Amino acid sequence: MSLVMFLQRMVIQGIPLLFGSTGEIITEKSGHLNLGIPGIMYVGAIGGVIGAFMYETGVGPENMVPALAILIPFICSVAMSLCMGLIYCFLTVTLRANQNVTGLALTTFGVGVGNFFGGSLIKLSSADVPSIALSATSNYFKTALPFADKLGAVGQVLFSYSFLAYAAIIIALVASYMLKKTRVGLHLRAVGESPATADAAGINVTRYKYVATCVGSIIAGLGGLYYIMDYACGVWSNNGFGDRGWLSVALVIFSTWKPDVAILGSMLFGALLIIQNYIPNLTMSAQELIKMTPYLVTIIVLVIVSARNKRENQPPAGLGLPYFREER
Amino acid sequence: MEKIPALELKNISKKFGSKYANKGIDLKVYKGEILSILGENGSGKTTMLNMISGIYFPDEGQIYINGDAVTIASPNDAFRYRIGMIHQHFKLVDVFTATENIILGTEDEGKYDLKKYSKKVKEIADAYGFEIDPDKKIYEMSVSEKQTVEIIKVLYRGADILMLDEPTAVLTPQETRKLFDVLRRMKADGKAIIIITHKLHEVLDVSDKVAVLRKGAYIGTVNTPETNESQLTEMMVGQKVVLNIDRDDPVDPKDRLIVAHLNCFNHEGTKVLDDVTFTAKSGEILGIAGIAGSGQRELLETIAGLQPMVTGGVQYIDPATGKVEFLRDKTPQEIREMGIRLSFVPEDRLGMGLVGNMGTTDNMLLRSYLKGKGVFLQKEESRNLAEKVIRELDVVTPDAEFPVRRLSGGNVQKVLVGREIAAAPTVFMAAYPVRGLDINSSYVIYHLLNEQKKNGAAVIFVGEDLDVLLALSDRIVVIGSGTVTGIVDARTTTKEEVGLLMTKEVRKNA
Repeated sequence: MSLVMFLQRMVIQGIPLLFGSTGEIITEKSGHLNLGIPGIMYVGAIGGVIGAFMYETGVGPENMVPALAILIPFICSVAMSLCMGLIYCFLTVTLRANQNVTGLALTTFGVGVGNFFGGSLIKLSSADVPSIALSATSNYFKTALPFADKLGAVGQVLFSYSFLAYAAIIIALVASYMLKKTRVGLHLRAVGESPATADAAGINVTRYKYVATCVGSIIAGLGGLYYIMDYACGVWSNNGFGDRGWLSVALVIFSTWKPDVAILGSMLFGALLIIQNYIPNLTMSAQELIKMTPYLVTIIVLVIVSARNKRENQPPAGLGLPYFREER
Repeated sequence: MEKIPALELKNISKKFGSKYANKGIDLKVYKGEILSILGENGSGKTTMLNMISGIYFPDEGQIYINGDAVTIASPNDAFRYRIGMIHQHFKLVDVFTATENIILGTEDEGKYDLKKYSKKVKEIADAYGFEIDPDKKIYEMSVSEKQTVEIIKVLYRGADILMLDEPTAVLTPQETRKLFDVLRRMKADGKAIIIITHKLHEVLDVSDKVAVLRKGAYIGTVNTPETNESQLTEMMVGQKVVLNIDRDDPVDPKDRLIVAHLNCFNHEGTKVLDDVTFTAKSGEILGIAGIAGSGQRELLETIAGLQPMVTGGVQYIDPATGKVEFLRDKTPQEIREMGIRLSFVPEDRLGMGLVGNMGTTDNMLLRSYLKGKGVFLQKEESRNLAEKVIRELDVVTPDAEFPVRRLSGGNVQKVLVGREIAAAPTVFMAAYPVRGLDINSSYVIYHLLNEQKKNGAAVIFVGEDLDVLLALSDRIVVIGSGTVTGIVDARTTTKEEVGLLMTKEVRKNA
């Protein structure tokens, strides 16, 4: 049954990346390269941890209401990622600060915020290990579909995940449909491709940029929440999130700015992240080499896409450029 | 009862920084009327249209639509008042189809259905006699197709007041005629049309009234049937310009640049220059005529050392020593190190010629940065040169550090030409140096070319206006589809002869 195991772990590894890259794609489609995504995902994770910690220690694991156990961390996570998104918007849209610098600063800031609150909570919980375990909350988050067990291997592979995993896929599909098939999507793409054109066509460029960036940040933040509540089983330790944020950004390029392709890409990246555990007799160095492959694949895709030079696969033309209407 | 204007501006002003781009503009346009706006580069025509279309907001004054005072704070407001603008630089999303661009920003009841919209686009196109494929992507389109999309875009939104910013600048004469037919049809349909163009004969051809701006100020409006070219020119420039271009006989012409059997391939491997042979002589202006895109650009870039995929030869004969140098496969840097003073004013001024975000001083430095000693830049010389260029060529700029990107087209060109002639070139090449420039700036450029000729440089001038080519050049090389179809004496040839040569090769290939 190790193949089933492998596929399950692959999905669980891939889902945080999918959240991150769907969020980043929506943001980039508005012309904003948000390199703060790793920080935002980290903040999304700690937001969930703070909410869960307050509720779990407040009422005690045995008195928790399932709906609240999910809702409180969820709202805390969303609120904190939204704040991060708003900071980024205010700096890059309203003040037209350099997007790369702002994004990188936000990532540094987000990791700092996460570690600060993480460290504080660890101290509050007076645990012997430098981590917090929120297993009760995590169990609520991990509740799978009841019929998964009855369907054997198929059920294990397809239906054994928590609601956030399915949410990730649904969000990606909705985003993809929205971008391709709706007026809002058309307007959003126009804003990212050529804000001056969108503006002249009467589209509120600033509003689209704000909404896209904030919604993108919230979605990315959910990736952090999923990671902590599902993948990590509710155990927070500082810097445990690793480089998943950057992998999400890489996945955006890999999927050539298409959320539906990102679903497959996230599964591939997920598989590449864990495959070394399923190949027997690997040396340490070989394992590290395999872990490198997602980045390598991204570079290869970038090379192929750039070489083929198909206009539809290129990043939005206005990506990274601030827009000011009266600029001459 | 007096007719109410469809659009009226009263005392409109707009400042950029401390400089007025528009000052005290009064303007009226009625339904079923075409109004031309005439003015030199930087006289504020585009700024004015941008205020009417809600891109800029006026600092002073009042706009009236059908007699009602209105505030146009955004492009959406402009649409609400049924104002449509066709920009000089097309506002289209490259990766979208024609239909997607046309419906952009519109809201309508019911489902988002591209097929339905495509049909509506087609209907509008048929009604006014446009040819368009609604599902074609913009980046696959020619310039005139893009313009068609722009016009249909405003018609789709039901505009009653149409504004076109230099619509003919990018069109062939044939396409221009088609456009004017469409404009006349729209005028008959009761639309009010405002059109900006530099070409006086077009103004006289298509418009009912002409409004003239000069340096941001409103000069006056005249009825087209009651005016003529020289009156309009005078209103535009404020003083009489001599309409004929000087041409002295070449003094002691000697072979300077020999281009022999030049072949050049583009990145797709297509031959863009085919066995091009000619000689440029010192002290003369060699005009290069041809339909746009016939290989003029590649030819100049080959000589300047910017085109790598070349066979054939380019020889330079040193005026002092008579030594022959071979320029092929040399980089611009190597050519300069050989002591050859070759100046090149490229077609793409802000792309290849200047760095838009840098000031005049820093742009001067681009030519001489290797001259300094040590690791630090010596800016003194460049600053002096910048100030000299600004003073002598009358560049309108707040100071020498002001980003050239934000200057008007004519001033950008003056900065570029000023830098290139400062090197005292022995070969001076200019590609479309007066494109987009008003009459006054154009004459400044012609004068500068003549000065280079007098100084003994071999001047190569790629132009598009045949009248100018015939009046300015000594000899004309005609290029058709990358081959030389004829070399004629500009003093004796006729427009018809050159025009025939330009299309000769094209016809053979087709």
